Amino acid sequence: MAGDKYSVLLPTYNERENLPIIVWLLVRYFTESGYDYEIIVIDDGSPDGTLEVAKQLEKIYGKDRIVLRPREKKLGLGTAYIHGIKHAKGNFVIIMDADLSHHPKFIPEFIKKQKEGNYDVVSGTRYIGNGGVYGWDFKRKLISRTANYITQILLQPGASDLTGSFRLYRKDVLEKLVKACVSKGYVFQMEMIVRARQFGFSIGEVPISFVDRVYGESKLGGSEIFMFLKGLLYLFATT
Amino acid sequence: MIPKLFQWLIVLSVFISVWVAIVFDYVAVEFSKSNKQTIVLFPFYLLVVFACYSLAVIGYRVATFNDCKEASEELKKQILEAKEDLKSRGFKFD
Repeated sequence: MAGDKYSVLLPTYNERENLPIIVWLLVRYFTESGYDYEIIVIDDGSPDGTLEVAKQLEKIYGKDRIVLRPREKKLGLGTAYIHGIKHAKGNFVIIMDADLSHHPKFIPEFIKKQKEGNYDVVSGTRYIGNGGVYGWDFKRKLISRTANYITQILLQPGASDLTGSFRLYRKDVLEKLVKACVSKGYVFQMEMIVRARQFGFSIGEVPISFVDRVYGESKLGGSEIFMFLKGLLYLFATT
Repeated sequence: MIPKLFQWLIVLSVFISVWVAIVFDYVAVEFSKSNKQTIVLFPFYLLVVFACYSLAVIGYRVATFNDCKEASEELKKQILEAKEDLKSRGFKFD
């Protein structure tokens, strides 16, 4: 359909180094593919000056491409999405991490996939086809695959990557899902996709390569695993 | 639709009822001694088969988990490219 517009929501917290790169890449791939877009930066009062960086980018690329919607302090991811949706002019919304683990080159593929099956949600997946990860050791892979396997058995969610957060949604679908979801952290992403199935929304998938944080540290400790199990049981009992 | 937990409980309770009915002779079906033995141990066999299947699947998936080295190389190159281009547009890195 002509007239489709894609709003990319970028919630940021201390992403001063990554933000210019991710924005540059977004602009590049959207320009190349010719889709209409805007990038909504939702900075939660980063002390490292992410917002100043965003303002520079706004100046370079223009106010209709880079939309700044900062918030005072760090609030939940769900509320960041609601905050972003309120200002989104697109009829589709793309959510992704600003830490460069999600590459914008996949967005044109998401869009193509969406049009192909007229899907409500298109989810990036590390677990099928050419999808994969970079920077994970054996232990991390084992935990990830095991967690994914258990979730697939228990919830039969109809999507292969539940904890990933690189996805395209119809705007009204995202709005409905965010309002229905109560979990925190990456369990939130899991709840979003599981509830999407519960509500009967259609889900398409695109294999993605996930490059673990180039700048900064990412972790997977005992508390993350505990949170995952809690979230899994919650979804098991309620969806 | 009812939650997955209850779907599981329903299937599980049906299975257990049938098993209990046979094992404790609530139904008038005659089994030979060796067949009966198999039925008594059936849940245990099922569990073992499922565990083996799970280990095999997870093992295979861990072993075939793609290492996206090229993706990382590409990104590194693009980061340099982006910095250069942004500088030329007046962006100030500090």
